[in-house]
Amino acid sequence: MAATTFKAIYNDDDVLMNAVKKIRSEKYHIEEVYTPFPVHGLDKAMGLADTRIAITSFMYGCLGLAVAIVMMNYIMIADWPQDIGGKPSFTYLENMPAFVPIMFEMTVFFAAHLMVITFYLRSRMWPFKKAENPDVRTTDDHFLVEVEVGDDEEALKSLLLETGAVEVHVPKKK
Amino acid sequence: MYTFSNRLKLGSYIAMAVGLICLATGFFTAPSNVEEAKAMVASAHGDGHGGGHGAEAGHHGTEGEKEYMDKSGHGTEGHGDAHAHDASHHDEHLLHQLQNRPWAALYVAAFFFFMIALGVLAFYAIQRAAQAGWSPLLFRVMEGITAYLVPGGIIVFVILVLSVLHMNHMFVWMDADTVAHDKLLQGKAGYLNPTFFLIRAAIFLGGWIFYREYSRKLSLAQDESDDNSNFVKNFRWSAAFLVFYLVTESMMSWDWIMSLDPHWFSTLFGWYVFASMFVSGITTIAIITIYLKSKGYLEQVNDSHIHDLAKFMFGISIFWTYLWFAQFMLIWYANIPEEVTYFVARFQDYQLPFLGMVALNFVFPLLVLMNSDYKRVNWFVIMTGIVVLFGHYLDVFVMVMPATVGDQWYIGLPEIGGILFFGGLFTFWVFNTLTKVPLQPKRNPFVEESRQFHY
Repeated sequence: MAATTFKAIYNDDDVLMNAVKKIRSEKYHIEEVYTPFPVHGLDKAMGLADTRIAITSFMYGCLGLAVAIVMMNYIMIADWPQDIGGKPSFTYLENMPAFVPIMFEMTVFFAAHLMVITFYLRSRMWPFKKAENPDVRTTDDHFLVEVEVGDDEEALKSLLLETGAVEVHVPKKK
Repeated sequence: MYTFSNRLKLGSYIAMAVGLICLATGFFTAPSNVEEAKAMVASAHGDGHGGGHGAEAGHHGTEGEKEYMDKSGHGTEGHGDAHAHDASHHDEHLLHQLQNRPWAALYVAAFFFFMIALGVLAFYAIQRAAQAGWSPLLFRVMEGITAYLVPGGIIVFVILVLSVLHMNHMFVWMDADTVAHDKLLQGKAGYLNPTFFLIRAAIFLGGWIFYREYSRKLSLAQDESDDNSNFVKNFRWSAAFLVFYLVTESMMSWDWIMSLDPHWFSTLFGWYVFASMFVSGITTIAIITIYLKSKGYLEQVNDSHIHDLAKFMFGISIFWTYLWFAQFMLIWYANIPEEVTYFVARFQDYQLPFLGMVALNFVFPLLVLMNSDYKRVNWFVIMTGIVVLFGHYLDVFVMVMPATVGDQWYIGLPEIGGILFFGGLFTFWVFNTLTKVPLQPKRNPFVEESRQFHY
């Protein structure tokens, strides 16, 4: 953890949205927001940069396409050519229509699976990882906003309460 | 209220006039007898092609050539005969192809613009039947486009009637002499005969035009009424129409296009034509909406509406490719002679348009519209839309031309004339309809949702 943070808890997503906007307009930095379900428009309100997962998905798709082409070329043309339905496998291009379904499936397979795995890793989730959750109630019906503390702790605390926070957790002094 | 800008109106008049001149030139320059036809081919291709033709006449064993011969009404019994006999048949066949060319060009363009209106009608009915919340702001635009069903449908019907009257040789099964020599066509005569063909066409067009006019009436009545009864009625009629449309559209594609190759059949042909008309229709909605917005109308339509239309363009383009490929691959793999002739003819004589349209209709929209942000950049959508529309014109072209003009195709005066004439008529009719009523529905129960729509 970089700076110390206040943890403000809300119990309504509309209140949360307005609170996030208000906190940001007061020039506080929001570290993270924990919600029990995806809140539409929250990413824009928090000013998060657009996701780049689509670009990775495209690259994985291209990779899958390439793998399919190389794989089918090895299996059906180079290693063990067969004559299926009167269509002897001499060149890849001549038999290409038969390989299109595989090319398509591999593209989708690579794009989908690698994109999900990328998303998990990017979200710092991997097997046996202990959940990073400051308050278990965010998995039920509460919303938690972590705000980086500036110079004036009291001002921030009153701001958070003013925005409708039901609880504000102040970090303990060391 | 929208006012039809004078420049656009003038442009559509000029396009119609120029198109009409080009089409007329195409009809006047078509050969009227065998000698003229041979002279035309000889002068157009130089002496090198004459030799090529001799060679082609020689290899009657190939399926493609056999199919051509069958279609032009020679029957199969002539094949084993002397070469002199074959040569005269070949010349007559050539004459028919050259005479068909302006007709086919007219038919392709007439059908293409009609198909846009019909695709929009299907899209509109789906929005109605699904009670979609995002699209009511675009209903007037869609209704404007579907107004073209009336003139477009009548023109297509007139062309079909003229075909039945033997003004051209596009539909070979309409020729009694051909059927008399063809077992397969005799077997299909119960369905594929001129009278029933025209009755079906009348039922299809009657049903589509009735739904369009009635739904438009209800849509306008909803604006003036003080309850939602018109809206509910429209919902019911739209759902019923979709059932009717699904059946009739499929049959229409067999009748009007697939029967140009009467020996050949494909079970997914109806879907294939549907995908083509659906994507062309949605593209046209997007283009006209962006045009109207650029003129300061439809100010409530926002980026998200354009984004949704572009998503449909993207998705249905891929759907079209899926069907195109599914149809091709099964026939290619099975390699059954009577099926594969369809693609043999296209690969031999139409390689550029046949494969080019896959690039235009699939690769281009796939790469350009894949990025979410590009779907809301208006000029991207317009540019892709123009490419997609051209690609689907080529699609219809490649569906119609091989059976009607064979290897004598060329994109020249009659083809361009057809596009200009029907493009002009389409523009005039659609924008003229848009001036009739306010561009924004007032009392559609979902109009507020549509106004607030954001992605």
